[in-house]
Amino acid sequence: MNRRILLIVLSFFLLTACFSNKAETDSKNSIYYIDNKGSDTIVNLALAWAEKYQSEHTDVSVAVTGGGSGTGIAALINKTTNIANASRQIKQEEIAEAKKNGVDPVEHTIARDAIAVIVNPNNPVSRLTMQQISDIYSGKIDNWSEVGGEDRPIVRLSREVNSGTHVYFLETVVRLGNSDNKTFFSTDTLLLPSSEGIVSEVRQNPNAIGYDGLGYVPQDLKTIAIAPEEGQPYILPSIATVNDKTYPIARDLYMYTNGESTGVLKEYLDWILSPEAQQIVADQGFVPVK
Amino acid sequence: MEKSLNWREFFITRLINLSGYSAMLFVALIFFFLLKEGLPALQEVKLSMLFSTRWYPIEDYYGILPLITGSIIITIGATLISVPFGLATAIYIAEIAPRWMREILKPVVELLGGIPSVVLGFLGILLLANFLRTSMNLPTGLTALGGSLLLAAVALPTVVSVSEDALDTVPRSYREGAWALGATPWQTIWRVTLPAAKSGVLTAIMLGVGRTIGETMVVLMVTGNAPVMALTPAALFHPARTMTATIAAEMGEVANGSTHYHVLFFIGMVLFLISLAVNIAASSVVFRTKKRAERILS
Repeated sequence: MNRRILLIVLSFFLLTACFSNKAETDSKNSIYYIDNKGSDTIVNLALAWAEKYQSEHTDVSVAVTGGGSGTGIAALINKTTNIANASRQIKQEEIAEAKKNGVDPVEHTIARDAIAVIVNPNNPVSRLTMQQISDIYSGKIDNWSEVGGEDRPIVRLSREVNSGTHVYFLETVVRLGNSDNKTFFSTDTLLLPSSEGIVSEVRQNPNAIGYDGLGYVPQDLKTIAIAPEEGQPYILPSIATVNDKTYPIARDLYMYTNGESTGVLKEYLDWILSPEAQQIVADQGFVPVK
Repeated sequence: MEKSLNWREFFITRLINLSGYSAMLFVALIFFFLLKEGLPALQEVKLSMLFSTRWYPIEDYYGILPLITGSIIITIGATLISVPFGLATAIYIAEIAPRWMREILKPVVELLGGIPSVVLGFLGILLLANFLRTSMNLPTGLTALGGSLLLAAVALPTVVSVSEDALDTVPRSYREGAWALGATPWQTIWRVTLPAAKSGVLTAIMLGVGRTIGETMVVLMVTGNAPVMALTPAALFHPARTMTATIAAEMGEVANGSTHYHVLFFIGMVLFLISLAVNIAASSVVFRTKKRAERILS
């Protein structure tokens, strides 16, 4: 019994020791280690990729950790990770800092994240402009009749404040991408702790409006077509409209490497853009880039 | 032989003492920890900000008043439902129900107490919210009222079983005395049995309120969590956000040692102080009634 515990502890130490190494070749077992760190939005996707890839390539070991986009990029600059995951583009200051450290960040777009605005199927409203959605969520529009619907109060649903989706929606939709804009979510916006909470309330309640990652929206709810500005065409979110950038609430997800990658690292990044890996993107609720 | 008995006696007494003291120690440690993590909030956030009405921590708005009022209105709503209903159930079980009924009812009530609150919350989202919205014509069913109703269900088993135990310990001679004086069953219950069991019943109510104000999962799921000020009874029909739900929803993602983290602990401190106040108020009432009873007896 004791010996077994000792064995587990030892193997744990061994494992952590392995993960702390960077992409180096272990001469005895010839295993390649890839460190992959950053955005919490991407962490589940990156884990799914790593698992799949490792099951097919037993000589490669991919270690995925979260911590946020900033953490990942900082680790890349400090040369403590091979790949930095980021749900935003690298900033100019970060590039300058990287150059100073002899690191040359190279960007790879690996997936896209689109947010669908959803309403109850019995709601006659099927299209809105970005401005209208912003006004709805900030509390300026309080009744569906103001946007061409029935005379019903609007019940606004949002994810909790700690969700990355909440912050993205606030910046891109409520504040219309304008960083000087200090509009808030209306205080009576319902903050639900899960995607499932939003979906079930929208399904039951004809007054409700909610938002969620495109991949998580069930078929029986109505997705709103969105126009970036009044007078422009209303676009429904789909893989095609997200990829040609006509759907306005979508962002790219990135991986950054130091210089053009070579060897095992390059093979891994190429595999990520393969149809097989991009299918995992769709399974995880994101939009494939190809 | 005798020596070993003495030694055993000594050891067991110490062990029991120790368990008693450890309860005090744990409460003191928890309170100390809350103070340590919560008090820095007072330095980092201005008092006028802390007691303002906007809670939006990701942009440094830390007004906790909506959370306090949300917790209070939901607790009041739940208590108004669970106490009369729970007391009536307890009286029925202890005083009126025939023996066979009692033997069914008691375990059933205790079974209700065994339902995990997350299951109640699930029922709340899927059934109760929809029912409230359609039957009362509300914009949404995810309201403080839904939270109150479900929390009443959470607190009910506690109220029923503790007050039923209290009623059960009232000596039979009290009731027989009342009957001998010609009191009706209702007069006996209302004027004799219930006052005699007062301290136990108050404990039951207090424990029920404690369960209600501290319950997290149900309110997180069904009250909509909108941080709006709840000042009038009409607020029951709107969404509300409680202190417990805020801590549960936000603690997982917050950076250790940040202002937001300290404010969440400060909320925990406020919660602790509120339940302390409820406890002190209830026990002072219990204490007073005991004194009066003693006066009458002497």
